[in-house]
Amino acid sequence: MQSQSQSSKPSLWQTLFGEPVRAFGVVSLLLLISLAIAPAKNHFSEWRHYQKKYLALIQSRGDALTLQRHFYQHDGIQQIWLPQLGVVDRCTTCHVGLKEASLADVSAQPFRRHPAIPHTLDQFGCVMCHRGQGPATTVEEAHSSTLAWEQPILPARYVQSSCGQCHRTPLTGTPQLNLGRNLLSRYGCVHCHTIKLPDGSVMKPTDDPPSLEHIADKTTREWIYAWLKDPQAYAVTATMPNFKLSDPDVRDISAFLIANSTPLAGDTAPVAETRAAAPDPAAGASLYGESFCASCHAVQNAAGNVVGGDVGPELTRVGNKVKPEWLRAWLRNPRVYDSGTAMPHYRFTDPQVSLLTGFLGSKTDSDLLANVHLDAATPEQIAHGKLLVTEYGCASCHEINGIKKPDNFAPELTRIGSKPLTQILFLPGMTHALPDYIAAKIRQPRSFGAALKMPQFSLAPAQIDALTTALLALTDRSQDLPRALTVPSKPASNYQPAGKAGQLMSDLACFSCHAINGRGGDMAPDLTWEGSSVQRPWLLAFLKNPGTLRPALIRRMPRFNLSDSDAAELTDYIMTVYQTPAFDRDSMPTSGYPPAQVEQGKQLFYSKYACQSCHIVDTKTDKGYIGPTLTQVGSRLTAAWIYHYLRDPQTMRPGTIEPSRNMNDEDARALTAFLMTQKGSGKQEAKK
Amino acid sequence: MISHWRTLFAFSLILLSAACTNKPGPAANLKPTGFGTALIESSGGKQIGPTGMVLADPLVVQVNDEQGTAVAGALVEFSGPAGVSFDPESGLTDASGQLSTNVALGGMAGRYQLSARTSTKAQKSVELKIEDIALGYQQQVGFQLDKKYCSRCHNPESTPERVSNYDNLEVKPHPFAEGDTLNKMTDADLTAIISHGGPALGKSALMPPYGYTLSKTEIEGLIAYIRLVSDPPYHAAGMVYAQK
Repeated sequence: MQSQSQSSKPSLWQTLFGEPVRAFGVVSLLLLISLAIAPAKNHFSEWRHYQKKYLALIQSRGDALTLQRHFYQHDGIQQIWLPQLGVVDRCTTCHVGLKEASLADVSAQPFRRHPAIPHTLDQFGCVMCHRGQGPATTVEEAHSSTLAWEQPILPARYVQSSCGQCHRTPLTGTPQLNLGRNLLSRYGCVHCHTIKLPDGSVMKPTDDPPSLEHIADKTTREWIYAWLKDPQAYAVTATMPNFKLSDPDVRDISAFLIANSTPLAGDTAPVAETRAAAPDPAAGASLYGESFCASCHAVQNAAGNVVGGDVGPELTRVGNKVKPEWLRAWLRNPRVYDSGTAMPHYRFTDPQVSLLTGFLGSKTDSDLLANVHLDAATPEQIAHGKLLVTEYGCASCHEINGIKKPDNFAPELTRIGSKPLTQILFLPGMTHALPDYIAAKIRQPRSFGAALKMPQFSLAPAQIDALTTALLALTDRSQDLPRALTVPSKPASNYQPAGKAGQLMSDLACFSCHAINGRGGDMAPDLTWEGSSVQRPWLLAFLKNPGTLRPALIRRMPRFNLSDSDAAELTDYIMTVYQTPAFDRDSMPTSGYPPAQVEQGKQLFYSKYACQSCHIVDTKTDKGYIGPTLTQVGSRLTAAWIYHYLRDPQTMRPGTIEPSRNMNDEDARALTAFLMTQKGSGKQEAKK
Repeated sequence: MISHWRTLFAFSLILLSAACTNKPGPAANLKPTGFGTALIESSGGKQIGPTGMVLADPLVVQVNDEQGTAVAGALVEFSGPAGVSFDPESGLTDASGQLSTNVALGGMAGRYQLSARTSTKAQKSVELKIEDIALGYQQQVGFQLDKKYCSRCHNPESTPERVSNYDNLEVKPHPFAEGDTLNKMTDADLTAIISHGGPALGKSALMPPYGYTLSKTEIEGLIAYIRLVSDPPYHAAGMVYAQK
């Protein structure tokens, strides 16, 4: 009965597992399987799969034994741990062949050899440069952004940004990063966006947006209207962005800017004289050429090519822009209108000013202002214009009467390279990755919302990539790395020469082209040690009337029409102040070298050192066009400079392309003796 | 587990191939209004740019008919090896018969063969091959050094910004693309002539030594660059296998 009742009413245990013996078997099996999960997962893991594939790949190669030995030295999961850099990388678990030079022909990933770079894997790991998730050991988790990880691999096109995390100075191997940083300053991004550098300084703009305080003296409301509608229609190289303003808004802004402008004494000059002087386009063009205006200003030619420098604004349609009376005053002395302009104060005579005004005034485009017809501005329009100017932050770049430069007008970009994806609003259809977001934002800012204020910049695809690269370099790591591990940029120099010479150098804008003590442009030679390098009579004559040292160059020192006293003042200052501490410039004589030594120098010049490949001493036989012509070098340079320069050119002029010859003392002295006999002919000097 | 991955992989492959077959979607939307018989390169070929980055100049191709006149509204599609991207990948030619695209090369240094395709009225495919070169880090360094130190003499082409010194030299230097000559020189030869000047190999002293100016890695970069741009292409001597 008992057994009957038991069999008729089985316990829950029995219903589930049957007989106890069978139940025991089932549970044991389950336990066994569950115990096997962990080792099986390990055994079938992705990385083991790749390691097996690697072994199969190297098996048939000639150096299989070597490769296998390297592999078995560290098989299993690999890890690079660099606590100081915050790097934990297991990438080498699958990327097994990174260091194998003999795998040059293998293109299948993950077995490629790493191309040559200046850093080693053991020093820097992988994620420092490539980003991605170092500790992950599956393909998906290491490379893509998943729910748990949000740092995908950095696309190759932006990889130079990683160099920029530690290196603030321009590197030879990172032209894209260098360009991007340059553009951040040159296109004025940092007027609105603050970018703080790890050393505590703030990135400075290098463009020079003009002040609009006296704009009505310079140009017309019609031009402002056309310019605001489309700056690149006036000048293709204009860095001013397009704010995509409506016609009424542009009408009101132009009304406000003109009404808000105050007159400035002396920034206009009567034009009556221009008419009196017969306008001669050919003479104007040749004066434009002789004054080397094209070193800084570009003009678009008939073929559409922009020819000339980019220091000053493009002048293709300047006649549409500036009023002739303003241009006259500007050419006479640009410092009256803009005391800090990069334009030198040429001491033009009145007829020269008239010639240039006529020549530049004729550079017009009849289409530019043809459709601009503006009625007189109403007070409401002017008030609305002021509102718009404030709203769009025009004063971030331009000085405008009565409107203060706004602080932090746009979001700070100091750590943009580490912006969390969760804080980003992506557009539909966009890849959810930071580089794509930054590039899209630069390419078309208003695609993220028509009400956004960021204007449309006119940038080529390569420029957008360069800017994205420079911004991606601004990571948390770049800010937080210990100073000892970074290569900081050179601190900006605010060197300003003193006294009357200093004033003259500002007036002539020497720093626009020349650098001295770390400040200034790179178009022309660095003058920091000029006083040790040249002879006084030559410098005086050169400042009065600059001759050509490098005939192949199109950018040359212009003639400023200096007075005798100004030229002497400058010469004395340069000769006294800009001397190298390395040697005394008068330690070697300018002439009187023994003829034997001179002859030996000549032999060395033409045979052993073959200097004629780049320099000309004898205009009849030598043709070298790269270095300066040396026909008058004996009256131009000091002997001590020539000697020290020959011994070590890179120290005397950092960055020069003159190769160092590791010249011995005897050869350097003989060559110096020979070069010092090249005095040029006095007559030629006088003719120039 | 592996088989699981394999099925997943196979599945993704199928998905991918499906995606690929659907890929000419945007192109399919473009209805060609013109048909040419020839495709020519206007500009953008033989460019040199860093790996993975957009080339400085766009690639411009032109569709012509039998008479050699430009055809507007012809459909052109661009393609290239893995890693290369085009923006746009296809499009119709403009009024002057041209289509322009921005090219980004792949992540490996080397030569990239790109192709542009258009079809004739009879649906015959016309193809144009274009080659561009991608520079890795090492070659990039070499390229920059070439621009600064070498090209003034080794590149015969003059521009207003950079007048070539090539014609002024009594003994003409070899342009770096001159593979017929430079490919015969070993890396050691090139290192010697760059470091110690022409006389190191019994050549002209007009080639000065740069061994005291450039570092070892810079010279290696320069050689890597010269090898990459050489035409015909440079093939390094293969490995020598000794008997085991």
